[in-house]
Order: sequence, then structure tokens, then C-alpha cells
Amino acid sequence: MSKNLRINNKQFVDETRKLSFIFNGKKLYGYKGDTLASALLSNDIHLVGRSFKYHRPRGIMTSGSEEPNAILQIGNDDALTEPNVRATEIELYDGLICNSQNCWPSVNFDIGGINNLLSPLLPAGFYYKTFMWPASFWEKYEYFIRKSAGLGKSPTKQDPDMYDHRYMHCDILIVGGGVSGLIAAKIASDDNKKVLLLEDKELLGGSLIYDDNDISKIDNQKSSEWLKKLIENIKNDKNIIIKTRTSLAAYHNYNFLLARQNLTDHLSVNDRNNKIRQRLYKIRAKKVIISTGAIERPQVFHNNDRPGIMLASAVKKYIDYYGVRCGLENVIFTNNDSAYETALSLHKSGTKLNAIVDIRENSSSEIVNKVKSLGIQIYWNHTIANTKGYKRINKVTIMKLNDKGNDVIGKKIELNCDCLAISGGWTPMVHLFTQSGGKLKFDNKDNIFVPDKTNLNQLSIGSAKGDFELDDVLKNSIKDTKKFLQIENSNYDKIDVQCSKEKEKKNIWLLPSDKPLSKTKPFLDYQNDSTAKDIKLALREGFKSIEHVKRYTTTGMGTDQGKLANMHALGIVADTTNTNMGDLGTTTFRPPYTPLTFGTIVGRNVGQFFDIFRKTPMHEWHVDNNAKFENVGQWKRAWYYPKDGETMHDAVQRESKAARESSGILDASTLGKIDIQGTDANEFLNRVYTNAWSKLQIGKCRYGLMLNEDGMVYDDGVTTKLGENHYLMTTTTGGAANVMSKLEDYLQTEWPELNVFLTSVTDHYATASVCGPNAKKIINKIFKDLDLSDESFPHMSFKEVKLGNINCRVMRISFTGELSYEINVEASYGKYIWEKCIEAGKEFNITPYGTETMHLLRAEKGFIIVGQDTDGTMTPVDLQMDWIISKKKYDFIGKRSLYRSDTIREDRKQLVGLLTDDPNEILEEGAQIVKDENKKPINMLGHVTSSYFSPTLKKSIALAVLKEGKKLKGQKLLVPMIDKTIKVTVSDTVFLDKENERING
Amino acid sequence: MFLINCPYCGERDQSEFVSGGEAHIARPKQPTELNDDQWAEYLFMRKNIKGIQFERWNHAHGCRKWFNVARDTSNDKIEKIYKMGEQPPKL
Repeated sequence: MSKNLRINNKQFVDETRKLSFIFNGKKLYGYKGDTLASALLSNDIHLVGRSFKYHRPRGIMTSGSEEPNAILQIGNDDALTEPNVRATEIELYDGLICNSQNCWPSVNFDIGGINNLLSPLLPAGFYYKTFMWPASFWEKYEYFIRKSAGLGKSPTKQDPDMYDHRYMHCDILIVGGGVSGLIAAKIASDDNKKVLLLEDKELLGGSLIYDDNDISKIDNQKSSEWLKKLIENIKNDKNIIIKTRTSLAAYHNYNFLLARQNLTDHLSVNDRNNKIRQRLYKIRAKKVIISTGAIERPQVFHNNDRPGIMLASAVKKYIDYYGVRCGLENVIFTNNDSAYETALSLHKSGTKLNAIVDIRENSSSEIVNKVKSLGIQIYWNHTIANTKGYKRINKVTIMKLNDKGNDVIGKKIELNCDCLAISGGWTPMVHLFTQSGGKLKFDNKDNIFVPDKTNLNQLSIGSAKGDFELDDVLKNSIKDTKKFLQIENSNYDKIDVQCSKEKEKKNIWLLPSDKPLSKTKPFLDYQNDSTAKDIKLALREGFKSIEHVKRYTTTGMGTDQGKLANMHALGIVADTTNTNMGDLGTTTFRPPYTPLTFGTIVGRNVGQFFDIFRKTPMHEWHVDNNAKFENVGQWKRAWYYPKDGETMHDAVQRESKAARESSGILDASTLGKIDIQGTDANEFLNRVYTNAWSKLQIGKCRYGLMLNEDGMVYDDGVTTKLGENHYLMTTTTGGAANVMSKLEDYLQTEWPELNVFLTSVTDHYATASVCGPNAKKIINKIFKDLDLSDESFPHMSFKEVKLGNINCRVMRISFTGELSYEINVEASYGKYIWEKCIEAGKEFNITPYGTETMHLLRAEKGFIIVGQDTDGTMTPVDLQMDWIISKKKYDFIGKRSLYRSDTIREDRKQLVGLLTDDPNEILEEGAQIVKDENKKPINMLGHVTSSYFSPTLKKSIALAVLKEGKKLKGQKLLVPMIDKTIKVTVSDTVFLDKENERING
Repeated sequence: MFLINCPYCGERDQSEFVSGGEAHIARPKQPTELNDDQWAEYLFMRKNIKGIQFERWNHAHGCRKWFNVARDTSNDKIEKIYKMGEQPPKL
């Protein structure tokens, strides 16, 4: 702080709390209340970054979210570092570390700066034009283009911060805590409405809170003093919830809005421990009032991007709010009255103002007259033709405008300056309004787009609506809010407002220079380095739609989303093509309004909370017995149980051998279970399954296949008839919820006449499935009184028995091909019955097996798994399961589709078995099957769906879907892999026990 | 995100519902009587109109009831909600 840049200002910045921070390795100081930008400026640092394409030196330009240049990398921790943070938005904290982006080796000496000299070779669309041909070269170009693309570095480690989500509801949501939002909040609260007020800055009050001129008065008080009283009033208002440091990210239909609150970003790193970093509010508002204000536009002239060139409103805020002078020799360049407020602030703070350059012929408003009376030199009808100073502006060249404003005349005048404050008028922040689907209209008087039509219950007020002068802002906000809320009278109806009124307006989208346009650099989009020349080039090359011009020139596509650039781009297109700006329309404003971190979007849904998972009642036993788990839908299922360092293959071989030779036990609790009751339950089953159910007796089970209406297999499972009008349907684990809702759909919409009730009981029952030659002996040990003879308890039947007080449903059904019993008990007894089975089976080496072994055992038998061997394109005929399609039933879901011209084609893919010529070779699931490898392009005949090594058969087996597979049995085919080609023979789908003898033990 | 007035539960957030596509497409009573084209018309053909569209919605994470919605697809405004089996309103 060698230069005297700090002004004594105790109101918003606490000079007793000095904070240190590090910028590009250098230790600097600022105060509590500073933003990083104001602290840098107080250290006379303007140059903070390099532009994206030409690597031109760029400085802090604004004081808000529209900042295009001062985007920095914050922090140097691999997990916490954050790129693209706007220095104008981040509050200074002790120990802050930040670095410039997009420059190497340093911001002061950047090799990429050579691009600036090469700029004639890098016009708009350069990348599109240059790297399109030859197409095969793209892979070579891509590496280099990717390297030079993008800004900043992403964190490489997991984000350790906590984020939070919260729902909020309110009568009135007010977005923006400036004067219009505040007065609307008060009026709504006085009408007893529940108000939620959001403000993205630390303090309420907007720009009026630091207004310090003597012209604006409200009720005969200085406007900022009046506002402070209103804020105190609002803070004590119980109807109003205020959220500061909260910016609205998105405005969706039905008044659903997302807002992000910063909770710890302003604290020193040590003070953040165990605190939530950011909170995302999901807000549902009955009514929304948008009072987001306006942002100042720059002006577009030759070399308008040098460090030290700033928005006039920003220069004023740095003086009046932060107490920081942005320069010691100032020049103001404007086309409107608002920059004269900056002139007054400079004067009042004793900061040298060399001149004001105004493109208008004259102005005689109160504020301009006041500036004139202070003896400040004003150059009317002049423009800036050029600026000088590579890393900081040091001179401007001004010239007189001709009558049409499209050229300069007269002699050049040079003015010294180290800060140029520019103002090109104001643009209402209509982003949220348009995000919500609102339509804009063009206002020719101020050259702005203002809110017009909306379908939602919302209102725009203040400068967000296009009112820029204090009396309009207040009086219209009061009037419009009352109408919106249907209020007759408010306490502010007699408000008295005095302010200067602008009388002369003039706007030139692209200001002329003494050089031809082709030799100048009038920047529109600072971040993406697009100039007025690029826009004109795009138009010459035939781009007409503003959306195309935007993409071709990348105007408005940076992290600032064209907050500064868009209006000038539109203006230049309109001027060049002789179109009315209103007819041109705007580009689309998309959420988020300012970038969000991924952490905020995800909230608490990280790590184990990423998705819920479901555990069976026996889960702990599996964990205790070293099970590995796999995810099936949301379930954690035991996959296999490795012993003594076994691989998965070893474990599966051991488990499946035990199941075939003695006994195995599987946790089948995850299967979907639907309890079906009602007098029409049997008819219902007939309609949803392909096979016939009419003759099923009580106490019997039947396998069923369910189709979609398009004839494709949807789900399968065993259904048991528990009573006259009572069935228990099982579904696949992953399909349970879908089957349930599909059945409900048919019942409610197609067949409301059926008396059927469905209840999901998946979680209510636990299932232990005991299989193998010794299964009967084990079950007999547990249920001593149960008659297990084939006559009394045959395959596909069910008995209800008691074990002490526990009701057990025992089904004799088999998915492994072995003699097998499933014991279903209420879920709370699941672990008990499982342990009981293990205990009873000990002498028979009962072996717990997981899903992998289950898959192997059923594949040996050729049983399909819906979703593994089918993919939504397989009919039962394709699966060679014609036997399950009832010929007698008039209708069932999907029946008609089984003889559509497409489903009766003989060359459809069909399920077959595959045997490898080398029995030890195991195919990869998903591998493609071909007949001829040499004839290109190679014709793919199908793919492998299931593949295992069978320890019982001592060879590898596979299921596959194959074009015309039924006809190809016995044929030799090829499965080409990355390093070899495997020879296979098409076989039957049943590999083991074709006579079904094992299910009887 | 819509706010949907379930005819059984009242106004709820869209996240509680699932959409079931176009409404008032009854499953043919005698599918076997239809030729391929007629069956395909039922099975595959759906309207995608700009303007009022009649749709089925299900309060999946609520009462699980299906109902009909008349929605203006140009602005997502829900014009009318009515129960299954009722005739579409004239809008």
C-alpha cells in the first residue's frame, strides 16, 4: 500500500481487522469486509489474469457476479482448490491463497501472449475451420487442443466439505435485497404474508446503501440513511426470513427455485471445521418477486480491455463501499448520467479525475450540472479512439464523433490515466425471468430487454424491470407490488423521492476509431476474447440466427455467460443487418445463474448415502462369514464366500460342488414377493402370465413367465396358491418394484372390474433356500413332524408348518436343479431360521453359496435369468420356451404380439447353449459370435449372455443369443477375442440332468 | 418441477409422481381380432402435440393411484386433473 489507495472508510470495512492473503505467491494485506478484488486493488494490483485465446493481460473490471476477468484459482490443496472463483464475489479471509489462471509461467510474463501477435491468424471459427480436415487427423489435433482448452485446475482429491439441502416454502419469495426488494418485502409482510428474502451479498441494501451524494433524497433524508432504517425494520420483522450470501441458481416452472447459500467461504480455513460449507435451498413459493437489479454495460471501443479499465459503477463501489481508490489519475467515459455519480464520489474522496468523456452532445440534468459546477473537464460528443499501456492503462486517445457517430473527426487528444471508468448504460438482470419461461420485449428508449409475458405468479420490479432512477424504482415498485398482492393501501403510498432525472440519451454499440475496424480490437466478450470484428465476420460468413453467431464466435459462452457481452453482440448484429433488436431476440439464459459446485448439487448424497441400499435379515451372518457382496438393484446380495484366500473362481467351484454333492444354502430373501388376494385373483394371474393358472390347486406352486404388451419377456417367478383366493407371487430381485407397478396399472386402468388386491411383502419375509441331495435330511431335522415324502410333499408344492411359535412357509421348488426347499419366515426370524439350517446341515457340510454359484447352477440346467439372458428383445419363443405359452387362453398380456410379422421371423436371435472346443476355455460374457472372421465387414451373429466353468461337468458352458440359433445346433462357430479366436459348438441349453432326476434327491 | 394436485392426496411435488404417457388408449378387448397394423396402432403409436395433451400419471411415492392430467405441453401448465375412467374435459 505504498500509494495512498485506501480512503478512511469505517462503515463497511473493519480497518481494525487486518487480514493477510497470498496472491501468486506474494503476501498481501486487506481488511475484514473486503472482497478479494477490493483487497487486490488496494494493493494497486489490477492485472490478475490472461484472456482465454490471445492471453492478453486482463484486470479486475467489475464488483460483482458479472466479472469476466478476475477469475482465480483459490487454495492450493488437492482436495479443496477451486477454479474460476470471481475475485469480486469472494469475501477476504485470513490466509486466503489464490493464483491467476490461464497463464504460464506467470501472469506478468505469459508465453501464450504470443497468440495476441498471431491474432490475425486466429479469427472466429478458427478451430472449426482448421481442424476439420482431414477427418482422420482429429485424434492427433485433439491432444493439443484439449491441452489449451479450459480454465483453471479441478481438485484431484475427494471434496472433504459438507453440503446440505433444505426445502423451504413461502408466500412471497423476494430475490434481491436492494431497495426495491426490501420495500416489497415490507409491504408483503405488513399484509401478513410469509416472506423469504434472498440476497447474494453479505449485507442488504444493494447499491443504494453506500450512496453518498446529496441529490438523492427519500422523505427528505439522505437515501442511504432512509434505507438503513428500513433494513433495521425488516431485520426485526417476524414475517420475513432473510438469507444473505444466498444466490438464486435456477428458477423452474411452478415457482420452484433453487438457491445456494454460502456458509463458510468467508471464514478463515481454521474456522470452517465441522461446518456445512454450502446449503442448497429447494424453494416452492406461492408468488415470486424478482428484484435482482441491473448490471452496467461497458462500451465497445479499440483496446477496451486493458487492466485499469473498469465499469464506472465498480469504481464508485470500490470508493464508497470498500474505501479503495482504483487509480490516482482517473478518466470517465460514458454515454449516460449514471457515471456522473462516480465523478461525484471521486471528487468527494479527493481522488483526481482528469476528465469525463461523454459521447452525448450535452446534458443539463441536475447531477451533470453539479459536476460541471465542480470545474471537472467534460469532453462532449467525444469518444475514446485508442488506449495505451500493456499491463496497466496509462493513456487514452480521444477524438470527436461525426454527426452520424460512425467515424471520428478532428485532432487527437491524449489524456493520462491509470484508471478508466466506463459506462454504456444499464442492462436489467432478466436471467431469472427468462429461465422461468417469461418472454421479453425490447425497450427502444433505453436499448434494453425488459420482462413482458409470464405464465407464472411472479413480478419483476426495480431496475430488473427497467426502472433506473430512484423515484421510478421506488414508486413503481410500491405500485406494482400492491397490485400483485392485491393490497389497497400501504405505508409507503405518500413516499417523497427526489433525484436527478436523465434528459439526454445516446447509444452507439460499436464506437469508431481512427483506424479501420480490421486493425482494431474492440472487445465484447472479455473472457472468450471475441471482438466486434468476429461478430461481423460471422455475419459475412452467413450466420444469421443470434444463437448461431453466439456459438461460432463463442460470445457469451464463458463462466460469466455473457453478462457483459450479450447486449453489445445483439446491438452490433442488429446494426450490421439493419434489424430491429426486438426482432432479433436474445440467446437463451440457462441455469445456473452463477456456477454451482458439484458438492452443492449433490448435497449429502455422497459415499454410503449416494444411494440407499437394502440388506436382508441375514446380512450380518454373511458379513461375519466373509461374504463378498454384489449390488442387485438396491440390494446387497452375498456374491460368494471365499475361504482361506480363495479367488472367486475357487470359491464358486467349491460352493457349487457342495450344492450338487451334499447340500448348499442360499439367502433368497431379496426375491420380490407380492401377496395377491381377491375373488378374481386366479383370473388376474391368467391374464398376466403366459401359461394357464385355472387348474392350480391350493398348496401347489407354478412357474410363470410375464411378457410386456410387445411380446417381450418382462419377468418370471414362482407363484404359490396359499388359499382359495390367495396367492404369493415371487418376482426377480431387480424387477420387483416394476412388476408391482405394472400389475397395479393394469388393475386400476384396464381391468377395474377385477376384484384383486396387491400388497408388496418383499421386506416382510426372509427366505432360506436349502438344496442338494441331503436337503431332505436337513429339513427333516428342523421340522421333525413334517412328512417330506414325495407323495405328501412333491416337487412344486407348499406346506405351512410351525417351528415353535414361528410360522414357516416351506416350498419345494428348485432353481438349481437339485432337490430344494425354500423356507419363508417373517423377516425378524430370518437370521434365526438361517442359523438353524446351518446348524442342522453341519453334518452334511452345508455350504452357504452366493449369487455367482446360483447363476452357475441354474446355467447348468439352462434356466434363464431375466435381464441377463434376455434384454427386452426376447420373446418366449426366442428363448425356446414355447411350452410355457398357453394355446387355450384367449388373451394374456403380450399374446397378440407373439405373432406380429416381426416376432414370427425365423431369423430372430434365439437362446442356445455354447460349448468351447477346449473345455478349459471360459468365454467372456458379452463376447460376439461370428461364423467367418475373414469376410469383412464381419457379420455378428449374436453374443454370449452367461458363461461359467462347471466343476460337475468339468468343462466350460455358456448360454448365448444367436441369430437363427435353433437351426444351428451342432454347428462350429467362432468367438473372436482381442488376442485369440475361440472355437465353439452350438449346443442344447440344458447341460446337466436333462431327465430332471436330481430334483427328487 | 410441477406441483401436481393428486385427486386423492392433494398438492404434491412432481418427484412423488411418475408419468405414464398418453391417456385414453384403451387396451383392445379382442386383440386376436386385430391385424398387425391395428395392433401396432395400439402398441406403438402415441401423439406428441404442442398444446393440450391428455396424460396418465401415477402417484407412485404416495397413494399409488393412477389418474389423468390435461397438460399444455407448450408451457407445462396443468389445466385439469381427473380420475381414471372419466372422460377427457373439453379444453
